[in-house]
Amino acid sequence: MTSILQWAVARNGTPLARSDIPLLDGETFRDSIVDAVADDGKVAALFGHRTEGDASVDLYAVLACRDAAVLRVARTRVNGTGFPSLTPRCTQVHLFEREIAEGFDLIPEGHPWLKPVRFLRTGSSAPLIGVTNYYRVEGEEVHEVAVGPVHAGVIEPGHFRFQCHGEQVFHLEISLGYQHRGVERAIVSGLPLRAIHYMETLAGDTTIGHATAYCQALEGLCGCAVPARAQILRGIALELERLANHTGDLGALAGDVGFLPTASYCGRLRGDFLNMTAILCGNRFGRGLIRPGGVGYDLDAKSVSDLRDRLALALRDVGNAVQLLWNSPSVMSRFSETGRVSLETCRQLGMVGPAARASGMEADVRQDFPSGIFRFAQIPVSTGAEGDVFERAHIRWMEIQRSGEFILEQLKMLAEGSIRVDPASVAGDSLVVSLVEAWRGAVCHVGLTDSAGRWSAYKVVDPSFFNWTGLAMALRNQQISDFPLCNKSFNLSYCGHDL
Amino acid sequence: MLSILMARLRQGHRTASYPRLPPVLPERFRGRPVLDPDACAAGCRECDGVCPTGALVAGRGRLTLDLGRCLFCGECARRCTRGAIRFTRDHQLAARRREDLTLDGKEVRLAAALDEKSRRLFGRSLKLRQVSAGGCNACESDCNVLNTLVFDLGRFGIQFVASPRHADGLVVTGPVSRNMEMALKKTYDAVPSPKIVVAVGACSISGGIYGGHPEQCDGVAGIVPVDVFIPGCPPHPYTILDGLLQALGRVSAARDS
Repeated sequence: MTSILQWAVARNGTPLARSDIPLLDGETFRDSIVDAVADDGKVAALFGHRTEGDASVDLYAVLACRDAAVLRVARTRVNGTGFPSLTPRCTQVHLFEREIAEGFDLIPEGHPWLKPVRFLRTGSSAPLIGVTNYYRVEGEEVHEVAVGPVHAGVIEPGHFRFQCHGEQVFHLEISLGYQHRGVERAIVSGLPLRAIHYMETLAGDTTIGHATAYCQALEGLCGCAVPARAQILRGIALELERLANHTGDLGALAGDVGFLPTASYCGRLRGDFLNMTAILCGNRFGRGLIRPGGVGYDLDAKSVSDLRDRLALALRDVGNAVQLLWNSPSVMSRFSETGRVSLETCRQLGMVGPAARASGMEADVRQDFPSGIFRFAQIPVSTGAEGDVFERAHIRWMEIQRSGEFILEQLKMLAEGSIRVDPASVAGDSLVVSLVEAWRGAVCHVGLTDSAGRWSAYKVVDPSFFNWTGLAMALRNQQISDFPLCNKSFNLSYCGHDL
Repeated sequence: MLSILMARLRQGHRTASYPRLPPVLPERFRGRPVLDPDACAAGCRECDGVCPTGALVAGRGRLTLDLGRCLFCGECARRCTRGAIRFTRDHQLAARRREDLTLDGKEVRLAAALDEKSRRLFGRSLKLRQVSAGGCNACESDCNVLNTLVFDLGRFGIQFVASPRHADGLVVTGPVSRNMEMALKKTYDAVPSPKIVVAVGACSISGGIYGGHPEQCDGVAGIVPVDVFIPGCPPHPYTILDGLLQALGRVSAARDS
């Protein structure tokens, strides 16, 4: 437990000098991660960065230690072709290590399932997308079901392999990478003009979440104080994004069990919330709203009252539509005890967001590492216990009510003043960690600058990165026909994972 | 049961009167841009280098904007103090030919209907298979939303179907990531001929914000032939619906009725 004290302490959105980040030997680095995770810490990010001269790779780890309310950062250097894998001792780094293996041609020795993450065509190999050694259950009457990349709905692409015995799913393996567009690479080496637009399209349904995380990182490095009014408008937009997506998902869940009233009402209401975001900035997904130094659009008195009226009406109608779900035995019997994920599994996988809270994990960036308006206005954390489809649906409903109250409250006392300041120059040789509780869970951005203040590495961790494996676990011993229902209860991002 | 009926009453009738009435759009909505090259002053460089995708080309007496690349971020209009670029609230953006998406301040070429034969085949029943090929889920969401009771896509005889074998065409979103190239080709081949392809969103037309990245193909047209281009990032659902109805030759007819 002592080794963790060697790690540098960081705060959400406050930069560290790169020289303050300790360089640990591999064993100390790994031991302290294992200790911190055992102590209810979480690996928020683990990524590689090629050192100058390309001789070796530095692995950076960011730990989110909720009990101490601090972020801890350290690095270790890898010379040669590999390093001992940490995955057997700490499951939640499994995908990070696969990512490092793919991006830097390094072998995490002893990794139990070392396969491509995004099937990158760079590096020494050029794998064919989707072609890998999938798990296979052998035996009489065991069969395999392969789905995707092109699915039956209007949805992003991914490949799913089920190992089944009749209807029962023994194992589900999810292979992604189809949406890879090279975002992290382009943020570092592409046109700086495009950066904010990359953030807005990292996961289009999380435009506000990712754009806020990026701006927060940049503003931290610039030491610029975002005006209060802008912070409030960002908070309102973030919660509107949550309202729209949670409402849409509740409708889709109703549709997946064939309960059409709620499905159709929530489909309409989701659009109403998106249209409220469009009152703010003209775009239903919030494009153009979050900008470095503040927000791109102000809200006049007329729009404030318009927004308040529309929100109150929509919240009332959502309540009406959602109560139908809880009062219909046919819906409840399909939701209850379907796709259960235990708290222990959540911890092991480092799951985040409503999916983790549904299993009883009380983790929420807005409470644990608050930034912006959430330093002054707390939203109670919603948690469940059972970790089944019902809890994942019910968490959404609780969060809808609380986010609704929050927005109505904030609209009442919108601080006066400017909405944007000019960010000054970016601090060089620094590292900044930026966390935002987006609707799917914690969005984590880590930026590393060179001596001139340009990005030398930019790591994006979408909540889906952790939760996809949670979905796979939820399907264990379920009927394959429950896959759409389980899938929708998570509603994860493909492009946020594939970057 | 009674509570379900009560809820039905309370939720009311929500289907929009479009296309009989024009769509209701937000006040700050950024639709079709209008250019006025005559307003440009010689040597003015206000909009120089502000366009993240290079959609806007200015200088030497020329001012053009490629809707196929435009993100509708409005940055160029914000910088221009002479009123040479402004964004209107017109949601109609679709075109049948790629080159028709370039605005130069002169006439605007709206999407023409498909040829007579295609209209006879698809005009009253069009089944579409959607393929997301690197899309960020914004264009996908705004296609999906057409199925809600607000837009009620089904009343136009248009439907998203599960299998390419059941489809008359594809709606493609995203810049076509290299990792989706083969899947897109296979899906296209699986659609029986004659078929149409609709490219929705800046990414699918030009690569959009991802244009030039080696991880993608700069849009759909390089992989499969495109019949309708619907610009936007993402296009408003009404822009998508309008594009589909224009292609089927149904918007004007519906408005007259």
